[in-house]
Amino acid sequence: MSAATASAVPVHSPPSRDPLSSRDSEGTALTPGTFEEFLDREQSKDLLRFTTAGSVDDGKSTLIGRLLYDSRSIYDDQLESVTKASVGRNPGTIDFSLLTDGLRAEREQGITIDVAYRYFATPRRKFIIADTPGHEQYTRNMVTGASTAELAIVLVDARKGLLPQSRRHAYIASLLGLPHVIIAVNKMDLVGYDRGTFASIEADFRQFLARFQSLEPFFVPISALAGDNVVTRSSQMPWFHGPSLLEYLERVPIGKRIQNSAFRFPVQRVVRPNPEFRGYAGTVVSGYVSVGDPVVISPSGRQTSIASITTFDGDLPRAQAGQAVTLTLTGEIDVVRGDTISIPDDPPLSGSALDATLVWLNGAPAQLHKRYRLKHATRQEWAELKCIRHRLNINSLEHEHATTLEMNEIGSVHLETARPLAFDSYAKNRDTGSFILMDEVTNATVAAGLIIGAAQDGRKTLFGPITLSDRITRVSIETVNGRSQTFALPADDTEVQNAIEELLYRIRTRFPEPDWTESGGI
Amino acid sequence: MSPLSHLRQLEAESIHILREVAAECQRPVLLYSIGKDSSVLLRLAQKAFYPGPVPFPLLHIDTGYKFREMIDFRDRYTAQLGLKLIVHTNQAALDSGATPFAWGTQRCCGALKTTALLDGLRNGGFDAAIGGARRDEERSRAKERVFSFRDARGQWDPRNQRPELWNVFNTRVQPGESSRVFPLSNWTELDVWQYIHAESIPIVPLYFAKLRPMLVRGDSLLSVEQSFVPRLPGEQPQLVMCRMRSLGCSPCTGAIHSEADSVPRIIEELITMRRSERQNRVIDHDQDGSMEIKKQEGYF
Repeated sequence: MSAATASAVPVHSPPSRDPLSSRDSEGTALTPGTFEEFLDREQSKDLLRFTTAGSVDDGKSTLIGRLLYDSRSIYDDQLESVTKASVGRNPGTIDFSLLTDGLRAEREQGITIDVAYRYFATPRRKFIIADTPGHEQYTRNMVTGASTAELAIVLVDARKGLLPQSRRHAYIASLLGLPHVIIAVNKMDLVGYDRGTFASIEADFRQFLARFQSLEPFFVPISALAGDNVVTRSSQMPWFHGPSLLEYLERVPIGKRIQNSAFRFPVQRVVRPNPEFRGYAGTVVSGYVSVGDPVVISPSGRQTSIASITTFDGDLPRAQAGQAVTLTLTGEIDVVRGDTISIPDDPPLSGSALDATLVWLNGAPAQLHKRYRLKHATRQEWAELKCIRHRLNINSLEHEHATTLEMNEIGSVHLETARPLAFDSYAKNRDTGSFILMDEVTNATVAAGLIIGAAQDGRKTLFGPITLSDRITRVSIETVNGRSQTFALPADDTEVQNAIEELLYRIRTRFPEPDWTESGGI
Repeated sequence: MSPLSHLRQLEAESIHILREVAAECQRPVLLYSIGKDSSVLLRLAQKAFYPGPVPFPLLHIDTGYKFREMIDFRDRYTAQLGLKLIVHTNQAALDSGATPFAWGTQRCCGALKTTALLDGLRNGGFDAAIGGARRDEERSRAKERVFSFRDARGQWDPRNQRPELWNVFNTRVQPGESSRVFPLSNWTELDVWQYIHAESIPIVPLYFAKLRPMLVRGDSLLSVEQSFVPRLPGEQPQLVMCRMRSLGCSPCTGAIHSEADSVPRIIEELITMRRSERQNRVIDHDQDGSMEIKKQEGYF
């Protein structure tokens, strides 16, 4: 268990940080304000989620422990408990890796086996770390950690250089659409802080990364154990002129992409507390919307406009990516959970045949022609795995023939859903371009899906607006009290469509959602 | 437009989670513990379903040993918000003399909290229990999912958790199984207090410093609300300026010396304080990794 002993360092006090002051870009203290001003500053901080990848031997847990410790995110009693727990391994020292290795089983084995979330803040920004193990068999954990992150830190051991696993981590960061990646070349103290070692690793890695044009890499030489270039710039490496790792984390621009993307609003719930109000609750996953804006509903294709943006704190003129609001629409339009409200100039694709990249997460391998439950944004559908186009060799990044996908394998597949989805490619939109697959029997989450686009050779390709038969299905499925009717209606006819739309609207308005808490159902 | 502040992002993500529970689970319930995190949860639930009502009831597991001020606050505040409150107590264990002194903290917690919770959930037929736990509270919680699957016996298997990707939550359970749902997973203690401050959310007055009669034993301040708390020879309660950092059962929740009598002063104290939040809770220290063991057994 070399990781634990290697990362043990002598106890010392973390740098004091006056909570009432904040630092300017050069790290010097600004004039302290009143406590109320401090609270306002605190509340206006933004949030960066990042993920860390590396094996136990790369010193990843030590790096995270160092960030938490130096930012004063660790309390005395937590320190006492890890000092106590590490007595058997290296008495009298703080083992930073123990701060992040939460579970007993892991402490006994000395390895991290799952994704753990850590929190710290500096005067500039709040951070959430998804700490994931770098072991070969745990690709699924890094994918999980990276799915909510905007940045990845890939740790490289300065003595070992670019290993296959570092390539894997960089590839996964690129696959999951992370715009930023920090390549932290660790253990510089063990190579005498040698500039040439760092330069050669950087050159190797840059050559490899050239194929992922979406990634913006930042290379930094560090020693997590000694603290060089982690929080403060190191005097041991005067040849390095970049910011420290933490300075970079504090300044990297974030959140721009979802703000600048096309407006998408997957409907979570229909809100109708009384006959006068019918709204659609959900989160703006990208872009923004204002009252009066024209919108299109997918998959029906019907167009309308935003009548109001309602919140508990009052109506808003405009809502932006990340905000959870309730929209009301102009006119009597039938919208249900799972529909998507979008900007008409740049609507999502609509279809039931998808090409996607799957990351298999479960011990039971992927089965062709099996029915899986697919959850995409707020919609669940049955989906069938039609074909595996190829499997990706994550070490060589070459395509291989495959008839199944095992746990931790990544493949390109063709799926078909029972009813059409409104989707974007993952490259365009993370929220409307991703899905999970669940097993019908065990309910386990078996795969993560990243949509490439509409399948070109599918049985059904692109769908137009929702058809009459889709509407009839919806009427019969969703008629309140479960009594469904078979309708004999003329073929596609706008008048009939509008009549059904209005009928659906009235049924829902007449019969509000059953509220069993009021009806004594407990 | 500039990105949302961290507090507004956390708020929106919690609202998204609450709405997913309401949309996909059959019979959700919100586990209401009366503490500050529960107060934040209630405000988030109001926001999530506005202008509609909160579509699920609250369940309070009352051990019988909660502070009186907590129970007063609970009854007043939930009535004011018009929420349906269910209270469940393991009366049989109380009748058999369960106290942390007579039974030891582990057995007492097991009966009055864990068993009571599992019974309360079963009685209501609830398939999803929403709680206010945060990942930053305790080490074993750092790996807890937002939707945390529990088997038919209410137990947690940390080695067999469902991967959780993006904001796409797997809420599916078989009959008898259930989910524990933690909308505040990504909040820190400081976030909670800042939100209480920003939103003027009512909290139990025990959080604010005032002179209270306490038994003073070294660094520990012990409440005298329950008469069964044993006294040392000649020991008398003293009036001490103090407050509770987290709320639980009065015999097992120590107070801290404090002058912080307002939310901003609590935040100020929190930033300068170097002791973690659950440190005044006796139950976590029974044995190394004790919270993890309790969770595997079904404790919240």
